[in-house]
Amino acid sequence: MIGIEHYLAVAAALFVTGIFGIFVNRKNVIVILMSIELMLLAVNINLVAFSTYHGDLAGQVFTMFVLTVAAAEAAIGLAILVVFFRNRGSIDVEDVNMMKG
Amino acid sequence: MMVFALAFYLFAILVVVSGIMVVLARNPVHSVLWLILAFFSAAGLFVLMGAEFVAMLLVIVYVGAVAVLFLFVVMMLDVDFAALKGEMAKYFPLAGLIAIVMLLMLGMGIGTWHVADGAEMMRTAVTPEGVHNTKALGLLIYDQYLYLFLSSSLILLVAMIGAILLTLRHRTDVKRQNVMEQMHRDPAKQLKMLDVKPGQGL
Repeated sequence: MIGIEHYLAVAAALFVTGIFGIFVNRKNVIVILMSIELMLLAVNINLVAFSTYHGDLAGQVFTMFVLTVAAAEAAIGLAILVVFFRNRGSIDVEDVNMMKG
Repeated sequence: MMVFALAFYLFAILVVVSGIMVVLARNPVHSVLWLILAFFSAAGLFVLMGAEFVAMLLVIVYVGAVAVLFLFVVMMLDVDFAALKGEMAKYFPLAGLIAIVMLLMLGMGIGTWHVADGAEMMRTAVTPEGVHNTKALGLLIYDQYLYLFLSSSLILLVAMIGAILLTLRHRTDVKRQNVMEQMHRDPAKQLKMLDVKPGQGL
């Protein structure tokens, strides 16, 4: 049987990858959104790993709610991105502070 | 057990490598495809952990909906992605430093982690013996977590309305069919009889 520490290590690596992606892709909002999805996936792996380890199904229920929020967040984020691109013609994060009011 | 361990290491390596490729791929379309591979591998990890329902949900929701949504947006927006990638080297040292620090912190946390005494007694929803994962989850969601389940549907509704509201635009430069106007046309006013003289025209 694979120990829980292995799953936690995978989740930690994935989470750090997400953070790395946010910092390294400062210009590209789409990749930033994908990095956030990766981080949420890492959290889900953690939740399911602990759920299996403790024999407590609540973790898997939480995973489903995280999944719901992630889907909603992706939809809203991409909608904002499309509107932003329509107005500015770019998806540069550093242009966002030009929006006033 | 050997197959189990092999499958775990395969999925684990796939998940981490495809995660890194999502971040570093030059073409965003490739990023999305790597993201899909990461989701599939994570679903494999979930199956290994005995959470089949969440695994299938991951495939359906993430691969079937979220990743395709990303793919649509990436292909729809006409962005010069090559120019965006050019600045990546500038942020690489800072991002790498933050990632290493973060990884060390998480490693320290996982290294010293242990189960607290009496953690077994604090379980809220003990996994029932001999019940299939999907059925056990269903019994839990529709009973103990009913209000959370309903509020998650509310979240999805708000997200749907918000996404439609944000992206909907009324274009004035296109002709549209106005059904009410068509239906309320008066035939008596539409036809005019004119007495046109020869050689003059209207």
